[in-house]
Amino acid sequence: MRRKGIVVAGMLAAAAAILPFSAPLAKEIRVAAEAPLKLLDPVGTTAYITRNHGYMVYDTLFALDEHMKPQPQMVQDWSVSEDKLNYTFTLREGLKFHDGSPVTSADCIASIKRWAQRDLTGLRMMGAVKEMVAKDDRTFSIVLQKPFGSVIEGLSKASSLPAFIMPRRLADTPASQPIAEVVGSGPFRFVADEFRPGLQVVYERNKDYVPRSEPPSGLAGGKVVGVDRVVWVSLPDIQTEANALAKGEVDYVQTVYPDVVETLKGSGDVVIQKLASTTTPTLRLNWLQPPFNDRKVRQALLHAVSQRDYMDAQVGDPSAYRVCWALFGCDGPLASDAGVVSKGDEADIEGAKKLLKESGYSGQKAVVLHATDYPPTSAIAPLTAQVLRSIGMNVEIQSMDWATFLTRRGKQDPVEQGGWSVAYGSWNTLDLSSPLANLNLDGRGKAGYAGWTESAEMDALRDQFAETTDPVAQKELAAKIQQLAYEEVFYIPLGTYSNYSAHRKNVSPLLPAPVTVFWGVSKQ
Amino acid sequence: MHILRLLLARLAGALPVALVVVTVVFLIVRVTGDPATILAGDMASPEVVASLRAQLGLDQPLAVQYLKWLGDVAQGDLGRSIVSGQPVAALIGERIESTLLLSLSALVFTVLLAVPMGVMAAWRHNTLVDRAVMVFSVIGFSLPSFVVGYLLILGFAMWLGWLPVQGYVSIHDDAWRSIRHLVLPTLTLAIFYMSLIARVTRASVLEVLNEDFVRTARAKGVPPMRILSHHVLRNAAVPIVTVIGIGLAFLISGVVITESVFNLPGVGRLTIDAVLSRDYPVVQGVILFFAFVYIMVNLLIDLLYVLIDPRIRY
Repeated sequence: MRRKGIVVAGMLAAAAAILPFSAPLAKEIRVAAEAPLKLLDPVGTTAYITRNHGYMVYDTLFALDEHMKPQPQMVQDWSVSEDKLNYTFTLREGLKFHDGSPVTSADCIASIKRWAQRDLTGLRMMGAVKEMVAKDDRTFSIVLQKPFGSVIEGLSKASSLPAFIMPRRLADTPASQPIAEVVGSGPFRFVADEFRPGLQVVYERNKDYVPRSEPPSGLAGGKVVGVDRVVWVSLPDIQTEANALAKGEVDYVQTVYPDVVETLKGSGDVVIQKLASTTTPTLRLNWLQPPFNDRKVRQALLHAVSQRDYMDAQVGDPSAYRVCWALFGCDGPLASDAGVVSKGDEADIEGAKKLLKESGYSGQKAVVLHATDYPPTSAIAPLTAQVLRSIGMNVEIQSMDWATFLTRRGKQDPVEQGGWSVAYGSWNTLDLSSPLANLNLDGRGKAGYAGWTESAEMDALRDQFAETTDPVAQKELAAKIQQLAYEEVFYIPLGTYSNYSAHRKNVSPLLPAPVTVFWGVSKQ
Repeated sequence: MHILRLLLARLAGALPVALVVVTVVFLIVRVTGDPATILAGDMASPEVVASLRAQLGLDQPLAVQYLKWLGDVAQGDLGRSIVSGQPVAALIGERIESTLLLSLSALVFTVLLAVPMGVMAAWRHNTLVDRAVMVFSVIGFSLPSFVVGYLLILGFAMWLGWLPVQGYVSIHDDAWRSIRHLVLPTLTLAIFYMSLIARVTRASVLEVLNEDFVRTARAKGVPPMRILSHHVLRNAAVPIVTVIGIGLAFLISGVVITESVFNLPGVGRLTIDAVLSRDYPVVQGVILFFAFVYIMVNLLIDLLYVLIDPRIRY
C-alpha cells in the first residue's frame, strides 16, 4: 500500500512537472538578442549589440530620421554662424539622467570629447575644433578653427559609434578605460542587478523620460515606451530562437538571417518583419603581401566578382537583396557610379584573366580566411575561393572560428607565416555611407585598418571632404574618392541585403529604424 | 588516519596534473585568438585594439603573464573576466547552480534506471529484455547529445507542448518551473550515460552470475532476489562504480553541449562563451575548476572502493 502511494506521488510530481508553465510578467517583452551583450561601454567597442544597448539607455543630441536626415533629439534649437565656424546648441527642458541629475551642457561636452577619442568622424571633427564652451546649463557651443562639414552628421551618427550623452562624471573616464556605471538619459534604464554578461540584459522604462512631441521617424522623433520591461536573452542558435518564438518563450527574435526567413514563415503566431536596416558584406584584400600587393591582381578580382552570385549564395531570396556598387549607398546623397567596372550583374571573367596575365602573376598562393561560426558571412569565403580559381589563381581556404579570424586578419605577415590574402567584413550599410566613417577607405597603410591600404591621395581627398560644407562639392569629392577606391581596389562591396526580424502576433512590429530599437513597441 | 593520508597523497598527486592542464590551456587559448580584437569589435582601428591590449596587460611577455596568473591562483585568486570585469570565481559561483542541478539530476536518474536495466538484462540474459536493453544502449551510446537534445525538443516541446524549449528558472524562485526546465536537459544528458552504465552493469553482473558461489547459493535454495542483492550486486559493484566515475568526465563534456542546446546559464555555457571570446582568465579558471571536480570525483570513487570491497587496501 505504502509502495503504491509512493508510485502515485511520483506520477503526480511528473505530471505537475509537465503542466504548462506560467507566462512571463505582463508588459514585459522578451527578445532573443542578435548577439550576447558583454561590453556595456558604447565608446569601448564597435560591436553592434553594444550600440543597440546604447540606444536603450542613452540619448543623442541629434538622430537620423527615416530619410536619413539629422533631426534634433536632445537638442531643442541649434544654429550655425555664417562662416560655419560656430555651432550653438540649446538642450530641451527637463532632460534627466537615470540617477536623477539634470542633463547639462557640461555633460554633453564631456560626452562628445570621449566619443571623439574613438570615432573616426569624431576624431576628424576634433581636429577642426578650437573649443567647446558651456554658455549655461542648457546651452553650449562648438567653435571650429577651420571648416568641418560634418558636425551635425557626426553628432547624429546612427551606427558605430553614435555620440551618446552620459553624465560628465562618467564621460570624463578616458576612452581607453571602461565606464564604471551605466547611466544615461534615454528611454530605458539599465537594471544592473539583473545583468548577466552574455546571457541576459534587463531594461526598465525610464519613467522620467520626456519624449519629443513629433511622431517617431527612424531614430528621431518621440521615443514613447509602451512596455515596462525589456529583457534581452542570448540564445545559442537560430533554431532555438525560432522554437522559443513559436512557443511564446520570447516575443521577438531581433535578427533573422534572410536564408532562414522561409523556415519561420510556417509558424502560425509568428510575423516576419523586413527591417529598415541593411547589411553590406565586403571583401578586403591584403595590400602588404603578394599576390594582392599588386594593383592589377586586385583589379582582376574586382572584375571577377558578381554581386548577384554572392547575394544568391549568402541571401538567396532576390527580393531581399540588391546589387549596389555605389560605395556610399545607392539611395543616399553621395550615390555615384564613378569608377564602377561592373557592367550589369555578370562577372567579367575574361577581363579578369587578362588583368591577371598583365600583372605577371606567377602562381603565388592566395589564402582566403573563412570564419565558419559566423552565419552572415558563411558563403563568402568558399565563393571567393571559387572565383579566384576560375581566373587561374592558386587558392587555399583556411577555416576557423570568428575569434581566430579576427586575430588572423590583424596579422601583417606573409601567408607562409600565418598571414592572409583575402578576408571579409559584414557592415551595417550606414557604417559605409560616409567617406569619413567608412573604415575601408583608410589610407594609412600599416598603421591603418586590416588590409593596410595605403594612399596619401585618398587621405587628402577625405581631408578635403571633411572641410567641405557645400553638399554639391561634397558629392563631387565623394565621387572622386569612389573613383580612386575602385582604381586601387580598396575593398569590394558584395551587394546589400535587408535585415529581418520576427515577432509574435501579440506584440507590435519594430519601428522602421536603421538600428533595432524597442521604444514604440507594445504588447497585448 | 589512513583515509587522511590517502586524501593528502591524492591531492598532492593531482597538483602537477592540474598544473599541466592549465599550462596547456593557457598556451592554446593565446595561440588561437586575441581578446582585444574581439572586444574592440570588427570595425575597430589598430590604435584602439593596441590600446585595449595594453589596458588588459596582453602586451606583456607570455612568461610574465603566466607567472602573474600562477601567483594569483596560488593565492586563491582566479582573476577577473577580460570581457565583463567580474571575478572568475564569482562567475563560476553564479553559474554553478544550474550545472550542479543538471549533473546531479542526470546522475541520479541514470543510476536509478541504468543499474536496474543492466541487472535485468544480465539476469534475463539472451531474452527479449536483454536485447531491448542492448538496443537502447547502442542507440543511446551512438547518438550525439545535441541530436538527442534537439529530438527531445521537437517531440516534447514543439509537438506535444508539454515542456519549455529552453531556459532556466532557479529552484529558489519557482521549484516547479525549475523542474520543468530541467526535464529535457536531464534526459539528454542521461541517455548517453545510461547506455554506458547499463552495458557495464550487464557485463559485470553476467560475469558474477557465472561464479561458483552464485551457483552454490542457487543450489542451497536462496531466493533469486536475495542472490542478486546480497551476492551478485555487491561483487559486481566495483566496475560499476568505476564506470560511474569515469562517466562523470563524459558528463562534464556533455554538460557543455547540453547547456548550450537548452540555453542553461551554467558553467558549461560559460566555458563555450569564454572560449569563443578568448576570455583567458575565465577559460583557465573554468578548466581548473573542472580538473578539480574530476580529481575529487576520482578520489571519492577510490574511497568508495574501500567501503564496497573490504579486500581493497591502499
